This record gives sequence, structure tokens and C-alpha cells, in this order.
Amino acid sequence: MAIELKMPALSPTMEEGTLAKWLKQEGDAIEIGDIIAEIETDKATMEFEAVDEGTLGKIMVAEGTEGVKVGEVIAILAGEGEDASDIEAPTSDDTKVEDTPGEGKDVGQDDADGSITPEKPKSEPKSDPEIPDGTNMLTISVREALRDGMAEEMRRDERVFVMGEEVAEYQGAYKVTQGLLDEFGPKRVIDTPITEYGFAGIGTGAAMGGLRPIVEFMTFNFAMQAIDHIVNSAAKTNYMSGGQMRCPVVFRGPNGAASRVGAQHSQNYGPWYASVPGLIVIAPYDSSDAKGLMKAAIRSEDPVVFLENELVYGRSFELPQLDDHVLPIGKARIVREGSDVTIVSYSIGVGFSLEAAEKLAEEGIEAEVIDLRTLRPLDKQAILDSLAKTNRLVIAEEGWPTCSIASEVTAICMEEGFDHLDAPVLRVCNEDVPLPYAANLEKLALIDAQRIVEAVKKVCYRD
Amino acid sequence: MAKAPAKAKNSAPAAQTNPDAEDFALRSLQQELEQQKRFDASDEQMLHFYEQMLLIRRFEERAGQLYGLGLIGGFCHLYIGQEAVAIGLQSALDNDRDSVITGYRDHGHMLAYGIDPKVIMAELTGRQAGISKGKGGSMHMFSTEHKFYGGHGIVGAQVALGGGLALAHQYNEDGGLCLAYFGDGAANQGQVYETMNMASLWNLPIVFVVENNQYAMGTAVKRSSAETEFYRRGTAFRIPGMDVNGMDVLEVRQAAEIAFKHVRDGNGPVLMECNTYRYRGHSMSDPAKYRTREEVQDYRDHKDPIEAIKKLLIEKGKSEDDLKAIDKDIRKVVSEAADFAENSPEPDPAELYTDVLVEEY
Repeated sequence: MAIELKMPALSPTMEEGTLAKWLKQEGDAIEIGDIIAEIETDKATMEFEAVDEGTLGKIMVAEGTEGVKVGEVIAILAGEGEDASDIEAPTSDDTKVEDTPGEGKDVGQDDADGSITPEKPKSEPKSDPEIPDGTNMLTISVREALRDGMAEEMRRDERVFVMGEEVAEYQGAYKVTQGLLDEFGPKRVIDTPITEYGFAGIGTGAAMGGLRPIVEFMTFNFAMQAIDHIVNSAAKTNYMSGGQMRCPVVFRGPNGAASRVGAQHSQNYGPWYASVPGLIVIAPYDSSDAKGLMKAAIRSEDPVVFLENELVYGRSFELPQLDDHVLPIGKARIVREGSDVTIVSYSIGVGFSLEAAEKLAEEGIEAEVIDLRTLRPLDKQAILDSLAKTNRLVIAEEGWPTCSIASEVTAICMEEGFDHLDAPVLRVCNEDVPLPYAANLEKLALIDAQRIVEAVKKVCYRD
Repeated sequence: MAKAPAKAKNSAPAAQTNPDAEDFALRSLQQELEQQKRFDASDEQMLHFYEQMLLIRRFEERAGQLYGLGLIGGFCHLYIGQEAVAIGLQSALDNDRDSVITGYRDHGHMLAYGIDPKVIMAELTGRQAGISKGKGGSMHMFSTEHKFYGGHGIVGAQVALGGGLALAHQYNEDGGLCLAYFGDGAANQGQVYETMNMASLWNLPIVFVVENNQYAMGTAVKRSSAETEFYRRGTAFRIPGMDVNGMDVLEVRQAAEIAFKHVRDGNGPVLMECNTYRYRGHSMSDPAKYRTREEVQDYRDHKDPIEAIKKLLIEKGKSEDDLKAIDKDIRKVVSEAADFAENSPEPDPAELYTDVLVEEY
């Protein structure tokens, strides 16, 4: 059968090119791999190679022709047993490129109803399970709560294991994995070399292979070495495989500024990971949320980035003594009710916000404090509900202001809560500088309760 | 690979033949291969290798054609010339337990599993019927059913992920091993060596395979690599190396037998270099000005893996006509795959939002 040789697309973006030169002439025998012609694109001169054998029949496009469209028939190749001279040239109608993929008539942007946001089936909003009356409340540090959450899940599921630097014999650089080696042994509590990119990849691959790895980064600053596996390998796998290949891995460790450790060890990666579709990002504040969300993270079928905070590890909070304390991912929590203004925060910022709320109460301003707990998916409804109640909103975030969670919350309020706003939304973030070492400068750079108080007074027009 | 001299005159050569010498293990697999270089394949196996390699060749030729027609978009890396590597290695796997992972040049490794060419080609054309529902494309294809874990676009990332698959084999004590492919380009990525270190330290069941096709995109091996003998690069991690002719399917298969046995016996990782050659550009948009036409032609004419096995089959009594009939059948299969890929529908617009997360929150 005669084969039409069409102007090839020689790059992902090529639409037309110049047929620079025919290296074979009509009547020439063509072997697979022979160079038939040279084609010039805007980037390079490329060789057009035969992928079928036969005899070159009619040449349809003369050499030197510019602006030859991709897909246009440039020559006819006669197959075995055919006479090249007998082959009819195709009519011009046949040269038209039909139905370019991705440009079908039905995928335009001209929806009649003007809806630009996809309708997704809404699931019932989950809320924290009721704590039964008479439940014993323990006082426990965040550090222990995290460890207990991991240990309970390791007891429950043989596939769960922990890997990272100093997690086993050293008992954790920040003692979060203390005692795990003794209980679970070296197979399930694995000390790695200092090799973040490598072990993040191994953890991710193990999750693809069916295990439930908890990958500890000594701090998230070092996870920048490994961010490719978090973003490119873990987050995108399920989508790229059309839902075939899951990656249930938890990346965890301290995040944000510690104390006097300088710029390279003091950064909040919440906004980075929260911008990535395919990831779950959790950043709890107190012990109950740390434990309940850690257990949920380990059970999740999706990859989770679990951001802890070194300065909060040692703080103690109440924790309900329950057999299985699991909290819902993607759900914010009102940690203090109020009617005058909403303060949205997460992680260590929640502590500053509560402190600010107490000060504000002394001045007659009742602030509602919302702990986001999960940064992706973000609980928009909780923010908007509170805004509808208070009509004023401030976001407190221990992190840089530009492209932050605070920026995102501001955008949500503007896009979806505009009618409820009685004042502009204000962001209280760290100063927009690398974190300095000097004690006074560091203090100046980081958020504190006082700055939140000042911002709240502004939005309440009380300054 | 230097042969051990007949009479050792100093300690270094002695180490090559003395099993008690500390670094003997690093050379032992290569020495075993030198003793018998080619797999003693039955006629039936040899015919099967021929068919599988030819299927990859014809499939890739067709993919190149469809790319030229604009039916395949983006990046498309063809495996033409390298067929013996995937077939030689993967024919030796135990598919019930072993896993495979590779980079973006992944069509051949999928076909080596006998996965329906239709769903592979439909993925290339970005259709709903594609193996990744059209959402992955040429570089991102997976078949967890076959324990084939992709299909990864970041050069070298699959090596660390392969380390994780190997860790899962060890953890689950399932007796499986992971075959992790990467190219001579990826061989200069740091995470490859981070993974080798941990794989050796933890005795993971993994075979690292460098498919050395001589060019990292447009950069020749000698312009990018201080040590161009990639099989030696495991030495720093005490991983034994093997230097294999990747244009000979029987040699690759023989090397696979040796390497897989070593790993299954609990001896930890192996690093195998398969020297091969890619006939086409790095991707479809490669003007290939970094090498001569003659160099490519020389490989096609004198070292082609399919021609080599074809010659063997003829020597063993297969007729030219029989082989031509096989080619015809394969062309038909590939044509059907191309028709299917061209005519099946694109994904439903609603698919845009599916599979981002597994669960609802």
C-alpha cells in the first residue's frame, strides 16, 4: 500500500518548516533509516528519516519550499510490489490535518453557564469525633504525642516503619522517636546516612512498593535536598498513573524557625508544599492535634508532609486518653471563640494568636482564633464561616509574607467572602529577610503576640 | 575488562583470581560471565527474543511516525537500538515477585512485559484508553499489575525509588528483587550514589543497570564522565560490577542470570553496565549533530541486536520467509495499536480533576 509521507513535527512546538533539500529522488529505493530529506525548523536543520521501506513515488513539495505545515503530504512512498509511477497524488482535501488532539471542539472555555470552577462531588464535612464525657485527660508534650501516634500506628500496621537520620540508636535528634527502636527493632526503625535526597527517594519508592514509610527529616531545611522526590515522585504519582500507583508516605520533621540557628536552618516550608496538588500538608499546634493528625497521616493513602515545630515539641497540652485518637485531615479547629475579629493561624502561630487574644480581651475585643491544622487541603469553609460572623480577619504566620499561606487566605476572603468584610484582611508574618543570627535582630524578624494585637486593632479601627 | 595474567607477580593481579582476596567479590561476577558469555537459549527462547525485540523496534518506528504526524506530543524518547537490554534482562525476571523501574525511555520496558501495545500507544497519543488514562504520556507509564513502577521523568530519580522498591522486597521477605535502569547521563547524578551506598549498606536486593547508549542527550560519555567504565562505579560501595555487551541479547540474558542469582542468594546489589546504542535522537526534537551519520550506520549495519539474533535463527534452520512472516504479523499488531491509539477518544474533561488524591478530605 502506498504510504503518504507527511511533513513531520520535529519538536513539541513546531507548526511549520522549510523543506530544505530532498536527499532522495523520485524512483529511488528507500530503506528504513535512510535520510530522505532535510527540514529546517526555527531551531535547527533536522534529517527526515524513513520509517518504512519502499520506493519514493511522487514528490509533492519541492525543495526550498517554506512554511510547509506539519502534516502536509510531502511525498508518496510506494510499498513492495507497487509501481511508484502509478500512484495517484492525493487531492488537496486529504492534506488537511484533522482533529488535532487537545484542540477538539468540545474542550473550549465557552461554557454557557460561565462556571469556571469545577463542580466536584462534595463529601460530608468531617469534624472531630466527640470526646465521651468522663474521658480522662492527660497532660503530655507534643514530642511524646507525636511519638505515641507513630508507635500506635506501628503496632496496628506491620507495614509502617520509620527511617531518617539518628531516628534509631540516637533516639531522634529531637527525641521524637525515643523508644521506638527498643519496641520495634532495627527493621522498622532505620538509621540512614546523611543523604536526604537518597533516603527520601528510597522512602517514596518503598511506599510505591506497598509499605507505609514515615520519613523523618532532621529538619525540613534539609528536605530541600529531597524536595524533588516529595514533589515530583510522591505527589504526582497517583495522577500520572491514572490512579494506578499510590504513594502513602509521611514526610515529617521540625519546620520553621528554631532559636538562634541562623538563616539556613530557619524557614517555614508550609507555603511551598501547600502549593503542590497531590500532597497533603499538615501543621499541628497542640498535643491532641499532633497525635490525632499523625495517626490520620500514617493511615492516609496519599503522600503527607507533616510539619512540626521544634519550639513547640516541649510544650505540654491536654490529650484525651482514648484507644484510637484519630482526627480528620482537612479540617480547621476553632481554638477560641469570639465575635469581634477572626485570627487565622497554624503551628507555632496559634500560640501567639491565643496570647494576643487574651491581651485583646482585656481591651474588650473578643477574637476568634482558628487553627488551620491542615494547610492542604485548606478548610476554606471554616475561615469563611468565621469571617461571616466577625467580619474582620487577620492571619498570623511564622513565615515569610510573600506567596504565603497568609496570602492564600487573603485571596480566599477577597474572592469568596468579600461581602462579609468590614475591613481589609491583614497579614502578620515574619519580616521579608533571611533570618538573622543576632538575638535582637532575630526577635525583630519573627512574629509575636504584640504584632497580632496591633493588626487586630487596625482591622477593628481601634488603633 | 583486563584478564588476570596466568602468573601473578604482585598482589594486585593475584586478587583477581584468589577468592580469599578482599576485593575478589567485586570482580567475581564479571569473571563468571567471561567463562560463558552467552546464554544457552533454546530455539524457542531465541525466537521469542527475536519477536519481542522486533515488536519494540516496529512499535517505536511507528511511534516516531505518529509523533511526526502530531498525534504524539511533548517528549518522546525512542528505544530503537537498545532492545536487547530490556529483553535480555526482563526475560530472566520472576514476574510474580520482581519489580522494575526505569527513566523516561520506557516504552520498550513496558512492551517487554507483554503489555498490550494498544494501551501503550494510546497513552502516547494521550487517550482515555491509555495505560495512565492519557494523563502520564510517554515518560509516565506504569503497570502495578506487572510490578512495573514507571516511567520517571527526572533523570536519576528512579534509582532511589528503585532502592525503595528493593527495601520493600527485603521488608516483606517476598524473595523479589528490583531491576533499576538508568542511563549513562543519570549515572552522574548524586542520588544514584546515595542509593548505592544505602543499598550496599543494607544489602538490598537490587540490580542497578546502566544502559550506556553513549550519549547523555547530546553529550558523549567521554565529555561528561571522568570514569567512563560505569560498571566500576560501584566499587566505592563494594558493589560488584559487570561489563556487558548490550547489543547481544544472549549476553545480556546470561549476565542477568548471574546477577539475579547473586542478589537472590542474599549477597546484596549488583551494578551492571550494558553498552548499547540509540539509533534515534535523544528525543524526537534532537537534530543529532553531536555524532556522525557513519557512526550510527555502523551500528545499524554491524551491531544491530535484532539482525544478530536473526542471523542465529537462520543458522539454526529458520527460513527467511518464516522470519518475514513474523515481521508482517508484528507490523500488523503495531498498525492495530496505532489505529486504536489514533481513534480512541481523548479523556473526558472531568478526568482533569480525578486521581489528584486517593481519598476525599
